[in-house]
Amino acid sequence: MNEKVSKRLSLGVKWAILIVVLAATYLPLIMIVIYSFSGAQSVGEEYGEFTFALYQKLLQNQKLLDATKNTLLIGLISAALATVLGTTAAVGIHYMRKKTRAVVDAASQITVVNAEIVTAMGFFLLMIFLRDTVRIPINFGFWWLIITHTVITTPYVILTVSPRLKQLNPNLLEASMDLGAGPFRSLITVMIPQLAGAMISGFALAFTLSLDDFVVTNINSFGANVDTISTYVYAGIRKRGIPSEIRALSTILFVVVLTVLIVYNVVKNQKLKKQKQK
Amino acid sequence: MKRKAKVFRPTAFSFPYLAVTVVFVIVPLILVLVYAFRGSDGSFTFDNFGKVFTNKETLIQLGKTVGIATLSTAVCLAIAYPVAYILASAPFNKMAILSLMFIIPMWINFMLRIFALQSVLSAMGVGNGYFAAVVGMVYDFFPYMLLPIYTVLLNMDKSYVEASKDLGANGVTTFFKVTLPLSVPGVISGVSMMFMPIFSSYAITKMMGDTSTTVIGAKIANLFEYQSYGNYGYGSALSFVLLVIVLLVMVLGRFLTNRTQKAPKGGKAV
Repeated sequence: MNEKVSKRLSLGVKWAILIVVLAATYLPLIMIVIYSFSGAQSVGEEYGEFTFALYQKLLQNQKLLDATKNTLLIGLISAALATVLGTTAAVGIHYMRKKTRAVVDAASQITVVNAEIVTAMGFFLLMIFLRDTVRIPINFGFWWLIITHTVITTPYVILTVSPRLKQLNPNLLEASMDLGAGPFRSLITVMIPQLAGAMISGFALAFTLSLDDFVVTNINSFGANVDTISTYVYAGIRKRGIPSEIRALSTILFVVVLTVLIVYNVVKNQKLKKQKQK
Repeated sequence: MKRKAKVFRPTAFSFPYLAVTVVFVIVPLILVLVYAFRGSDGSFTFDNFGKVFTNKETLIQLGKTVGIATLSTAVCLAIAYPVAYILASAPFNKMAILSLMFIIPMWINFMLRIFALQSVLSAMGVGNGYFAAVVGMVYDFFPYMLLPIYTVLLNMDKSYVEASKDLGANGVTTFFKVTLPLSVPGVISGVSMMFMPIFSSYAITKMMGDTSTTVIGAKIANLFEYQSYGNYGYGSALSFVLLVIVLLVMVLGRFLTNRTQKAPKGGKAV
């Protein structure tokens, strides 16, 4: 056997591995999309005829629509808050002395490395403490979820913005302030424009993390009548069974995610090409 | 001196975040600690921890959680590493879209992905149970395991591999002596993104598993959901134990990273 044959063989094996894993990844998603146009009770049952019945059912399922709305709203609001909080924090941390910075960095990593269930319990106990001992008039619910999601996603914004800060001229902010601009004006007019890219990435990361969250959301909505997509599906397993219109919702979300990613990558590639031409 | 008092230090920008961290991260941890050492009558006690370590059921569940986390992480690593290796090697490293396709599921709600997987598995005749739960974990965490390993392999200085080959080592030796050690940080980062989160991933075991697969996170969630007010001691003690496990795993990860990173000195390894 010569070298050429064995090289081809190894390339074939590599392709085979990739294709098998890709197929395993996408088969469930594709099946859901296909079966979202069928009236069948579950995937694998007799398909019947092509129909939009599940999409109509989705539009009539007010609870699921509310859950979707909550998921998006909590994601958007908490990601916006996390972006503001995380960016200002990153700027502040950037100018700290080494020792202070190490302490703050470690503190910001707590929720990232901790088991999510412990973080969730901590929020739960905090709410009990604030409500029943400090007697602040708050309770579990929509806004509490926004607060908790902001807290758990802010460290990721810091992690996204900090590297960009290190690339900037360290004297920029000081120079702006020496020239008479106030600290907030300096932040907004000098720093933010240069950090915009990293902030958008941080926002996107915080948003997806919030959409994906289950444990913190589940435990911090005990007793409150707020559902997100995750807790709605979870409640379905425990009680009434998962309604089939979830397949329609999944399909819509798959398509949205795919579209966003494709557009993002096309735009990014075009930018790269333009930069190369320059 | 007067002027100095007026000067706004840029570090002050972090104050809102620091305040939030103290109230919403530090205080909750203190509360977990307080509840863990507090008896139902409010006195200081080790009873809650005593209950954790003498309750056979809890210990078994903790052991089972470590078991399923280890197994799922190992299986996921065994699949993700070769895939990452292939994707980072020529000619695949030129195909950006191909590697993106492996990562895309990251952006789809995990609950909906698990629902999709469960639907297909049950259509194929694989019922809920230990096997299905492990498959669910592997499926859910795969992109998170793949991405750090892929990134490390892709950014690895290829001259190490070439040097090894020039010096006469064959492909297998080069892999085990050069590539694998250099990729350890990626592996550790992938493993840590999966191993500990499994402790909390009671949604997956609920959806795909049976009674043999309940993770410790489910137990803690139950302890809080169905306890009356003021009786959170046991759940808090269990949370505290989990916290200690997290720290141990982290220290182990650091130790392993440092050990493997000491070997190739001087180069811009990873």
